[in-house]
Amino acid sequence: MFFTIVRQIIGSINEESPATPMTVANSQATLAIENLHVSVNETEILRGLDLNIPKGEVHALMGPNGSGKSTLANALMGHPAFEVTAGSVHFKGQDVLALPTDERSRLGMFLAFQYPAEIPGVRVASFLRMALNARRTDEISAMDFRRLLMEKMDLLKMDPKFANRYLNEGFSGGEKKRNEVLQLAVLQPEIAILDETDSGLDIDALRIVSDGVNQLRSTDLGVLVITHYQRLLNYIVPDHVHVIINGRVVDSGDSGLAKRLEAEGYEQYGDTTSEGTD
Amino acid sequence: MSKTDISDVGLDNYKFGFHDDIKPVYTSPKGLSEDVVREISRQKDEPAWMLEFRLEALQQFKQKSMPTWGADLSRIDFDDIHYYIRPQDRQARSWDDVPEDIKSTFDKLGIPEAERKFLAGVGAQYDSEVVYHSVREDLEKLGVIFLDMDSGLREHEELVREHFGTIIPNGDNKFAALNSAVWSGGSFVYIPSGVKVDIPLQAYFRINAENMGQFERTLIIVEPDAYVHYVEGCTAPVYASDSLHSAVVEIIVKERGRCRYTTIQNWSTDVFNLVTKRAVAYRDATMEWVDGNLGSKVTMKYPAVYLMEPGAHGEVLSIAFAGSDQHQDAGAKMVHAAPDTSSLITSKSISRHGGRTAYRGHVQVLPDAERCRSNVECDALLIDDKSRSDTYPYMDIEESDVAIQHEATVSKVGDEQLYYLMSRGLSEEQAMAMVVSGFIEPIVKELPMEYAVEMNRLIELQMEGSIG
Ligand SMILES: Nc1ncnc2c1ncn2[C@@H]1O[C@H](COP(=O)(O)OP(=O)(O)OP(=O)(O)O)[C@@H](O)[C@H]1O
Ligand SMILES: [Mg+2]
Repeated sequence: MFFTIVRQIIGSINEESPATPMTVANSQATLAIENLHVSVNETEILRGLDLNIPKGEVHALMGPNGSGKSTLANALMGHPAFEVTAGSVHFKGQDVLALPTDERSRLGMFLAFQYPAEIPGVRVASFLRMALNARRTDEISAMDFRRLLMEKMDLLKMDPKFANRYLNEGFSGGEKKRNEVLQLAVLQPEIAILDETDSGLDIDALRIVSDGVNQLRSTDLGVLVITHYQRLLNYIVPDHVHVIINGRVVDSGDSGLAKRLEAEGYEQYGDTTSEGTD
Repeated sequence: MSKTDISDVGLDNYKFGFHDDIKPVYTSPKGLSEDVVREISRQKDEPAWMLEFRLEALQQFKQKSMPTWGADLSRIDFDDIHYYIRPQDRQARSWDDVPEDIKSTFDKLGIPEAERKFLAGVGAQYDSEVVYHSVREDLEKLGVIFLDMDSGLREHEELVREHFGTIIPNGDNKFAALNSAVWSGGSFVYIPSGVKVDIPLQAYFRINAENMGQFERTLIIVEPDAYVHYVEGCTAPVYASDSLHSAVVEIIVKERGRCRYTTIQNWSTDVFNLVTKRAVAYRDATMEWVDGNLGSKVTMKYPAVYLMEPGAHGEVLSIAFAGSDQHQDAGAKMVHAAPDTSSLITSKSISRHGGRTAYRGHVQVLPDAERCRSNVECDALLIDDKSRSDTYPYMDIEESDVAIQHEATVSKVGDEQLYYLMSRGLSEEQAMAMVVSGFIEPIVKELPMEYAVEMNRLIELQMEGSIG
């Protein structure tokens, strides 16, 4: 259901989009990742990753623990600890690797974190208002912002008191995830990377969050969903499913691929520990 | 910066002043001597006992040595200071003399034109007088006295005499002695029994020249069951003509009374800010110091509460911000002199660009002060690797049945925090400012609204690196 709804958000799906990853940037792709190599502390984690996400599509990325999913997410967003040693990332035709994190965000990229940071003393509402203003040419009035925020919180069935809580401080795991989706709803990016946003959410919360995202309908929103759970994928049929092993996309397919993974696991791709690669 | 020159002060320029009587213009010569002290007292037409008090203090000042701990004070040249400039003479400075960075800070803070001139020591706003008068009338009906200290002494001599110098004796420390010898301005506040003043005593009085002297002297008396919130200073940088600010604040809170004293100071970065603040709290009374120190070259300030009778409660909430070449040595002192007293110290400091902050606290529990509770929390935030923060918690506990807690943290702004905020589109400076505002939020939320807003704005400006 989560994905169905995401699919509804994005409206019509581009049927011509390639079913397998391409090594050449797709001109239609909103996000085009080519031969991406990323290292952390001198250790190479991503080893030539290719992925294209055309405008408005929903792609799922699955893979074993430690295969590099969060590394990809963070490299895309420009985390300083992740060093891109080769390859390119283009978003809406722009070389995003040349941009600092905040500019990537203002360009329309969004990452719902697997582990969101806690910012003591900063209220959710004031933070979000500043973030929203950072991407607008004119400042939103306090009243308009309040209305917008309440509307989105209502959508996600969040207690309004969260607006006055300190950002992620003392939030439960599920509350943090919901708060990430709230930010997605308010900031309205063009590509959203959801890094295990479903884990930590209870069944009801998952439905609510999905319903919420559904209301965010936009034909422009592309989504990269990182998840471990087939349960989630049973609800939905993503346009494409990709398998990442040891820092590379090793398989791509339609939603059937996710079902096969469920039955067979990742062993079909050989040794999935990074030490054993190549 | 040139000092006020007598010849520059045309009497026809004299646009403000609390008193109708225009006195001859007087600026004391530089340096401190018995003659200077006598002349100050004579100018103010003071009673003999006050002159006596001043002269005694002068002797104390000469005898006392400089503190050997804390910040480096060796650059203070006591002979190069005017110890008395009548406030109305300060406007003789020209706006052109005010440094550019201060002017641009006023711009960014949106300080009104008239107020800017005042803050820069150029002129004064007269309009506030009108507002202030009506407020003062309301207060007078309640029996509240709210005057500058000089007027307080003139109009309520007995009341002043009874309390003045009783909390901080004229020989308490070198700088209190100096203040006692040459004090001028400050406030005298008296809240009668049972009266609760529901507006902070400040906004209307904020733009008052007498209030902003270098050696101001404040005395607040809160009678039983009364309440007052006194606010001094402002977040805009105050451009002082002399580089030494040494104030004394004495507060008496009687049974079940409550006093909150809020200070926000942002002296220009050449000022030595050495202030003695002390309060006594009697049975079930509460004294709260809220203290923000942003500017100055050196600050040494440790607001104290003496908890004299059971049930008394003292609090100090302080924020210090040290930038390049600044040293903020701030803290608190709590003396538990009676059983069942409690205290809370929350100190937050921020250092950047090689700035230095220190928390220096003293919690003392006297013998037989049973069941006292004291909680000290001091958190330091370092913005970069060049900056420094130290903690000096002194505990003097002479009673065993007490609960004392001390917690100190030093943290750096987390890369993960900055990255998270920047991933939502905030610039690095905005992200940094946001983490810093969050850090001081527990104290900022205690400030009156307009101060809280200005404070956050100022932190933002500091982080943009556009000032300071
Ligand atoms: N800052 C770091 N320092 C050292 N190693 C790191 C760092 N960040 C990630 N790694 C390593 O990189 C590899 C990939 O980590 P990543 O977080 O991308 O995995 P993942 O696919 O998201 O796993 P999971 O499914 O558990 O979330 C792991 O072996 C991890 O230990
Ligand atoms: Mg991960």
